[in-house]
Amino acid sequence: MAPPEAAAAQSAPPGPDGPRDPAAPPTPVLEAVGVSKRFPGVVALDDVSFTLRAGEIHALVGENGAGKSTLIKILTGVHRPDEGELRLGGEAVAFHRPHEAQQAGISTIYQEVNLVPLMSVARNIFLGREPRTRLGLVDFRRMHRETAELLGGFGITTDPRRPLHTLGIGTQQMVALARAVSVRARVVVMDEPTSSLEPREVETLFRVIGDLHARGISLVYVSHRMDELYRICDRVTVLRDGRLVHTGDLKDTGRVRLVSMMLGRELARVRKEAAAGSPGSAAATAEPVLTATGLSRRHLLDGVALDLRPGEVLGLGGLLGSGRTETAKALAGALPLDGGEITVGGRRLRRISSAAAIRAGISLLPEDRKAEGIVPGLSVRENIVLAALPRLSRFGFVSRRRQDRVVDVFMKRLRIKAASPEQKVGELSGGNQQKVLLARWLCLEPRVLLLDEPTRGIDVGAKAEVQTLIDELAAEGLAVLLISSELEELVEGAHRIVVLRAGAVAGELTGDDVTEGALLTVLAETAPQAPAQAGAETAAADARRAAPDPAPKAAPAAGGGPADVPDQAPAAGPREEDPR
Amino acid sequence: MKSLVNPALSAPTGAPPATTAEPRPGGRQRAAELLQRQGVLAVLVLLCVVSSFLFESFATLDNTRGIAIQAAFPAIVALGMTLVIVTGGIDLSVGSVFALGGVVAAWASQYGFLPALLLPLVVCGAIGTLNGLLVAKAGMAPFIVTLASLLGARGLLLALTHEGAKTYLVPRGSAFQKLGGGAVWGFGYPVLIALALFALGGLVLQRTSFGQALFAVGGSGDAALLMGLPVARTKVLVYTLSGLLAGFAGALNAARLSSGVTIIGVGMELDAISAVVIGGTLLVGGAGSVSGTLWGVLLLGVIQNLINQIGSLNSSYQSVVSGGFLIVVVVAQRYLSAARRGT
Repeated sequence: MAPPEAAAAQSAPPGPDGPRDPAAPPTPVLEAVGVSKRFPGVVALDDVSFTLRAGEIHALVGENGAGKSTLIKILTGVHRPDEGELRLGGEAVAFHRPHEAQQAGISTIYQEVNLVPLMSVARNIFLGREPRTRLGLVDFRRMHRETAELLGGFGITTDPRRPLHTLGIGTQQMVALARAVSVRARVVVMDEPTSSLEPREVETLFRVIGDLHARGISLVYVSHRMDELYRICDRVTVLRDGRLVHTGDLKDTGRVRLVSMMLGRELARVRKEAAAGSPGSAAATAEPVLTATGLSRRHLLDGVALDLRPGEVLGLGGLLGSGRTETAKALAGALPLDGGEITVGGRRLRRISSAAAIRAGISLLPEDRKAEGIVPGLSVRENIVLAALPRLSRFGFVSRRRQDRVVDVFMKRLRIKAASPEQKVGELSGGNQQKVLLARWLCLEPRVLLLDEPTRGIDVGAKAEVQTLIDELAAEGLAVLLISSELEELVEGAHRIVVLRAGAVAGELTGDDVTEGALLTVLAETAPQAPAQAGAETAAADARRAAPDPAPKAAPAAGGGPADVPDQAPAAGPREEDPR
Repeated sequence: MKSLVNPALSAPTGAPPATTAEPRPGGRQRAAELLQRQGVLAVLVLLCVVSSFLFESFATLDNTRGIAIQAAFPAIVALGMTLVIVTGGIDLSVGSVFALGGVVAAWASQYGFLPALLLPLVVCGAIGTLNGLLVAKAGMAPFIVTLASLLGARGLLLALTHEGAKTYLVPRGSAFQKLGGGAVWGFGYPVLIALALFALGGLVLQRTSFGQALFAVGGSGDAALLMGLPVARTKVLVYTLSGLLAGFAGALNAARLSSGVTIIGVGMELDAISAVVIGGTLLVGGAGSVSGTLWGVLLLGVIQNLINQIGSLNSSYQSVVSGGFLIVVVVAQRYLSAARRGT
């Protein structure tokens, strides 16, 4: 949807450095050529090339671990590439520190506002390059005046003397942006700038981006929000697992294709039938064991509702940042909520806390098992019985015999491969560690099992085994919620899939609709909000209160549902202010 | 002078953008902020007023001069400590460095005024630089690094004085001795020097780029690095300054006492830290003021003086009172910080 002016702007010289010949291809402002970066144990970037043309807004997308952050940090001098080189305006450069990249005109706005909270707005903007008086002292009067002018240009009035932390997060973001551009930046890199903004703030940001664009400043824009990308970006680069997947004009790249490239699933393969089998259909009629309604948390969740039946595996799909993990945490009482109700077995949880959830029979296997679950220095036995200790002990004494019995049962049942129950868990493979964690929760005899990326980081064989285990547990009557970034795993493992988007339920796939194609379509196409708030996760709040049925069960086949009509009305379309 | 702001950016473009105004902080927040910043001064003034009614010898010129000269040396040490703590660090070595500076100055005073002044600065500045390099470049914890140099400096001092058996004397009537012993209107030179240093320190902290960098490093080291500030250089410099100031204070003290006393300065770093924290500087860094430290030092000095006035009270109780006061201040700061955030 890039208007023709955009193309014109691209070939027009943005400044004295720009190309003189209008027929010549746009000069790259900033290039990364064949860049690789390795960290201990990980190849973060593998021979990636990236070209930022003069005056364009370039989207950089990819799922977790795709290498976006690493690429950005290389472009901005935080990391140095192991191989390959950077070129600025055609000439090879090497940045040793962020400062050098900034000197060269590359400014960055990080996802978390990277300013000093206790210092004033003006001090933050001018930190490191304060204007001086004739005596060599910092000229606060001028600093405050210029800060007010600068922010005024962005439509923000605030006292430059106020400490930064007293401002709203959106305004803080604007201050970061003001700092970034006031250093005469030629390139501005934005890493998910809208992730914590209110809809109104997103509009302000887009207006400022439009302003920058009109001045010929090139932007790298990282976001997961399709609507935002298609609204403001010219070109797109897709990374996956540290490799370059695609670079091209965004308008030539359909949403479904973009999402499938991000996730690494080709459309040709998506006609796969759900492997779910009979248990699902049997479960479809059962009373739900868990019902959640209106789970809300500012910026994260907006009225998520779902139910789980015994014997069923419910898949929870969605792109990064859509609120999958947050939903699981909310159900397990591990995320403080602004609102919402959880009912387990017909009884509503009065206080939603981890303890209450565990008592009610909800167990969560967290995404990051190293940080949130496994105690590597303890033995398999100790790890398994950790959560069940209160049940296995009497008067504070733990019965070793009962422990051994329980551990023996689970090691056999889950086929945990360890030399003995006394082996340290840290010495086991990832898949077996995951099974130990699973055993720990199964000890508590839960009714609901929440699995957040249960197969991440474990090898293929163990993966299949864990997946089989999940099926078996469901067949035994457990209600399972399965979160996975892998479409295949989700489609094959789940009987039903609820798709989240921007912290709300965007659609549900049941029965024969549980296919990768349908899932991909929902992931890419659902755009239920009014366009003014398009893409803003936070938008959700207002938009949904206004609209009675804001999250229609997206019919997977209907590519152009009513939700998909982008409204062009807001004048904030960045390029409309192009002075040329 | 050309504007730092890209002129094109401040010019309005297209339709005037809708203005976003941030709500101003409430009165309660501002009161909390004021109290956090000037609370010590208020307590100090109150204590002085009350004391001058209770003890007739308190509000005399002589007593004031006494308090001032007593406070001058710890004040100079605390000034350096303030700068270090603003960066989120700590310097435990200042007490030892203070004593070492005195001994080195007393030894060097036999060669004249300049050696007596400069040699302790060189030695103590070098110790500070070493601290800074270990903290900034080697990434070691300031607590450990300066604890090591606390021990090291004290050991060096003992080696120089043959286990403390030899005391170097400042030649009578020398210019260096006058630096410590001289006075204007009864206020010793060290008092005036300390005041001048505080004025300079305030200017550096509040009105120079270096001062801004100190706040930034202490407020958010990562952000400072990403903003391209010379974080490592700033840290090295601030520990060097702390060493220089401690050594200088030690030299001044030796001049005043006419000898390099080896047993002083033990625990001085803790008094300095107390004064800095009482003065409203956050121990975690990122916020603080030089003036607050001055009030903090004076407050501790006045408390000591009062306990001496009472006479019947063992002077060791001074530490008990200061300690209690420190706790009150830290608790009050927690509440005030919460109030400022409006929670």
